[in-house]
Amino acid sequence: MIELENVAYSYGGGELLSDISLKLAPGSFHFLTGPSGAGKTTLMKLCYGALLPTAGHVRLFGADVRGLSRDDIAGIRRRVGVVHQDVQFLDHMSVTDNIGLSLTVSGRHAETSGGDLDELMSWVGLTNRAAALPPELSGGERQRAALARAVIMSPDVVLADEPTGNVDWEMSQRLLRLLIELNKMGKTVLIATHDLSLIRATKAHVQARVLRIANRRIQLAGADL
Amino acid sequence: MKFGVSTLRALFVGDHHADRVVPPSGFTAQLTFFAAAAMAFLAVFALAMSLATGRLANRWGEELARSATIRIVAPMDQRAAQTQAALRILDTTKGVAQARALSDAEQQALLAPWFGSNFALDALPVPRLIEVIEDKDGMDPAGLRLRLAAEVPGAVLDDHSRWRAPLVKAASRLRLLGWLSIVLIAATVAAMITLAANAALAANAQVIAVLRLVGATDEYIALAFVRRFTLRALSGAAVGTVLAMIAVFFLPSASEADGFLTGLGFQGVHWIWPLIIPILAGVVAFVATGAAARRTLKELT
Repeated sequence: MIELENVAYSYGGGELLSDISLKLAPGSFHFLTGPSGAGKTTLMKLCYGALLPTAGHVRLFGADVRGLSRDDIAGIRRRVGVVHQDVQFLDHMSVTDNIGLSLTVSGRHAETSGGDLDELMSWVGLTNRAAALPPELSGGERQRAALARAVIMSPDVVLADEPTGNVDWEMSQRLLRLLIELNKMGKTVLIATHDLSLIRATKAHVQARVLRIANRRIQLAGADL
Repeated sequence: MKFGVSTLRALFVGDHHADRVVPPSGFTAQLTFFAAAAMAFLAVFALAMSLATGRLANRWGEELARSATIRIVAPMDQRAAQTQAALRILDTTKGVAQARALSDAEQQALLAPWFGSNFALDALPVPRLIEVIEDKDGMDPAGLRLRLAAEVPGAVLDDHSRWRAPLVKAASRLRLLGWLSIVLIAATVAAMITLAANAALAANAQVIAVLRLVGATDEYIALAFVRRFTLRALSGAAVGTVLAMIAVFFLPSASEADGFLTGLGFQGVHWIWPLIIPILAGVVAFVATGAAARRTLKELT
């Protein structure tokens, strides 16, 4: 599904990632951990074509990312839901419209019933915030809205970069439950986090693989919880 | 951005969901509207001037090109005889379709702007004028001058070429300047809309990042901005054009007694021409914004 083979990534003359090999199989659950600045976000961006590797190969759904056009990458992003740590929304549109943005840009808004959207809003607990504008949301609400936006196209893969970084423990557990639920629906999930308690809390619910980045490489690949 | 039927459809039919992805307000939108309106207003006047001077050049060119005047400058007692002699020569001159001596009343009317209508023509040593109309083959002015010099010593042939040519040239230049003004106005509209589009795209870098994150293609993003700016330019230019057409409509109309500065408005089917200006503004905005969007989206990779 998403495969990195001997990938390196350099920026500004320095190598941020080196010799990274990783395979995200369908339905798998991964954690990507490591200290701040280790390259977790960079690796996530390589996984959805936001960055191109300086060496090695990144294959997204079987296609080498270097051979993909910009439109192909746009198509891939409809199959990969992304939740960023610094969640960005269109501040002039309501929460509901932001969540439905993937449908809008893919021309599928008309195909989706209002009921589906309401169900999704209810799933992330934002029904009563549907008409609010993004700047009016709390940190936790923004993260849940971002998660809803990431999954509205029913993607094959969900990538979440520090999804609990700006929320309290209770909200982080709630978000984690939503991500576990997605995995149980058959979605591949990759969460970048430096919060080990989040990884431990997952243990009881799902088999997850932990990948640790240090010194530009994945050092602990394959270790299960 | 590929230009095709689907692009045109997306541009004019739109999608109310897609329309909302670009923030609705901002000075760039007002700037585009105002620039398009002002430039369309100026373009209508440039067009009116160009068409009017074109008409003027044609009229001077056509009407005066086939006419000439003979002045009989002779003592009063010989004037009638020399006039008759000149008319006889003209009767046998190849290329002359018609020749006639102007009546006293006609000559008096010609001098009325300077002397008033009640002066006595006989009191002034005014030459007798003969109007000569050429046929489609035209006459030989040099040959006619030689014959007149030999047989009618008081006759002076004026084939109008001395003053007609610079007037026609001036009118043609004015027409050219009018068209050049329209081209410059279109270029200015393109430049202003490009600046406005660049500013809007730069100010909406976050919007573009979010749209890309959720899988929007560059064409989709570009079209969202292009549609916004094209419709602004189109509506601004339509307002400017309508206002200018109203202003032109109320310009003094041309009449026999007026000078050539009147009649600068549109005549007949020429009233359709200004309606092209909003469409032209829309096309200019479409191309300018499309190019700006493509460039910016490439830089934002």
